[in-house]
Amino acid sequence: MRYSGFKVIKEALTGHKGWKPVWRDPEPKPHYDIVIIGGGGHGLATAHYLAKIYGHRNIAVIEKGWIGGGNVGRNTTIVRSNYLLDGNEPFYEFSLKLWEGLEQDVNYNAMVSQRGIINLIHSDAQRDAFTRRGNAMILNGADAELLDAEQVRKEYPFLNFNDARFPIKGGLAQRRGGTVRHDAVAWGYARSADGFGADIIQNCEVTGFRIEDGKCLGVETSKGFIGAGKVGCAVAGNSGRLMGMAGMRLPIESHVLQAFVSEGLKPVLPGVITFGAGHFYVSQSDKGGLVFGGDLDGYNSYAQRGNLPVVEDVCEGGMALMPMIGRARLLRMWGGIMDMSMDGSPIIDRTDIDGLYFNGGWCYGGFKATPASGHCFAHLLARDEPHPTATAYRFDRFRTGRMIDEKGMGNQPNLH
Amino acid sequence: MIINHPLLGSRDSSEFVYLGDASLIDRPDWQAEHAAEAFYDYAYLRDNPAGEHRELWFHEGGDRSWLVVTRNTVTHEISKVELARDVARAQGRSK
Ligand SMILES: Cc1cc2nc3c(=O)[nH]c(=O)nc-3n(C[C@H](O)[C@H](O)[C@H](O)COP(=O)(O)OP(=O)(O)OC[C@H]3O[C@@H](n4cnc5c(N)ncnc54)[C@H](O)[C@@H]3O)c2cc1C
Repeated sequence: MRYSGFKVIKEALTGHKGWKPVWRDPEPKPHYDIVIIGGGGHGLATAHYLAKIYGHRNIAVIEKGWIGGGNVGRNTTIVRSNYLLDGNEPFYEFSLKLWEGLEQDVNYNAMVSQRGIINLIHSDAQRDAFTRRGNAMILNGADAELLDAEQVRKEYPFLNFNDARFPIKGGLAQRRGGTVRHDAVAWGYARSADGFGADIIQNCEVTGFRIEDGKCLGVETSKGFIGAGKVGCAVAGNSGRLMGMAGMRLPIESHVLQAFVSEGLKPVLPGVITFGAGHFYVSQSDKGGLVFGGDLDGYNSYAQRGNLPVVEDVCEGGMALMPMIGRARLLRMWGGIMDMSMDGSPIIDRTDIDGLYFNGGWCYGGFKATPASGHCFAHLLARDEPHPTATAYRFDRFRTGRMIDEKGMGNQPNLH
Repeated sequence: MIINHPLLGSRDSSEFVYLGDASLIDRPDWQAEHAAEAFYDYAYLRDNPAGEHRELWFHEGGDRSWLVVTRNTVTHEISKVELARDVARAQGRSK
């Protein structure tokens, strides 16, 4: 079924009786050409691009819960391509371009909103660093704009410009950045992949791999063995746990990140603001809630909830940046499990086990990567070679010293 | 989370800084034959378990001692707290 304005009007006039389930609910087949583990944004996008670009039809996505129940449905929905390093920026700009065409590509309204993002500047040194970053972005075909304090004030007059510790001196803006309705991304990719014949199998947990003579033959699941020509893993925060079943140790730690939503307010924030120095960032959802967050809790965790010190820290950051936020009530908060890598950048690569491929290490920033990650992982699975924008995302960069460390923090995942 | 400091009693976890897996105590011998490989393993690879985890916390806002905390990463429950010094000595790290 194709969605269109015409279809909406027709259904409105006929009592909405013609809408069908958006994807099937199939039982697993005994064997697929390619099995993808993890029905998050990345796994579902991989299935979509495998089918649409690389022509694979006999594929399945296996999800232990329901699709969209992981980080893809827990993030703060920000998309941008404002990275500095060579290994990253072309990939994230590729992703932003895919976001720009996503809704037409999958025929699903994902509320892609290029409302712009501003990273605030508080010092000369930071302005130098952001100028360099902006230039790197422009060299890679992205957009970037350096703002002075007055330009920021025009757009966000209510910010606390004269904070004693972090006065606002300007910002680095990316106008093409913004937000995307996160659940709709999972649903849109799922519907599209399903339409091409991919099986989306929910409530089916992978409990092991069948590996013989160094080759992966398929996966053991709560619904029995499922054979596969190739297996791609895209389970985000559960990467360590899953790859452990294949005997692998990863350059990844799992950490919890929290997010917060206020009660619904009238439109007040036109775009996304990040206050890195104060560990705080915020945007406003189309429903009106202020959506905000800050740093990781900072310790290894598989619990999808955090602790109170970070709640306090994030709220202090909010009060420092926009004191009027103190008048709004906090409505909800939750946590998600981040696959924090040792240099803060992801991995899309083969493993030493034949037929077993890995996608992970997305840290707290993998939502914006969803389309490019799916596209590049599909490319790797279909062609057995990395996509040109993802050649740096190799496992062996940690062994060979080719780290992609945007923040320059070294091998300490909770600081990236 | 409350960390039961062996010397100072119950302390709020926000007084501490977290480093990571307690295996970081076991620094490889830099003169060993396969030192490069051992350091790659030591610096970058992690067990990252869902469940019991032994980890290093530094009491920055307190007596500046390093602790080995045994904590469940699924429930956040802390079952054991030791001085890292005692753990390292028991492993023969220093005299
Ligand atoms: C609070 C928060 C805020 C964030 N904000 C942003 C942001 O503003 N911008 C941004 O770019 N990124 C953000 N992120 C990061 C982003 O959400 C993640 O990097 C990204 O969603 C991870 O990829 P995914 O969607 O495939 O993961 P998930 O949705 O977590 O998908 C993984 C799936 O694998 C399944 N799975 C796990 N183990 C198994 C198994 N054994 N068998 C079968 N299935 C299994 C899980 O159930 C899960 O559904 C945020 C994350 C959080 C938690």
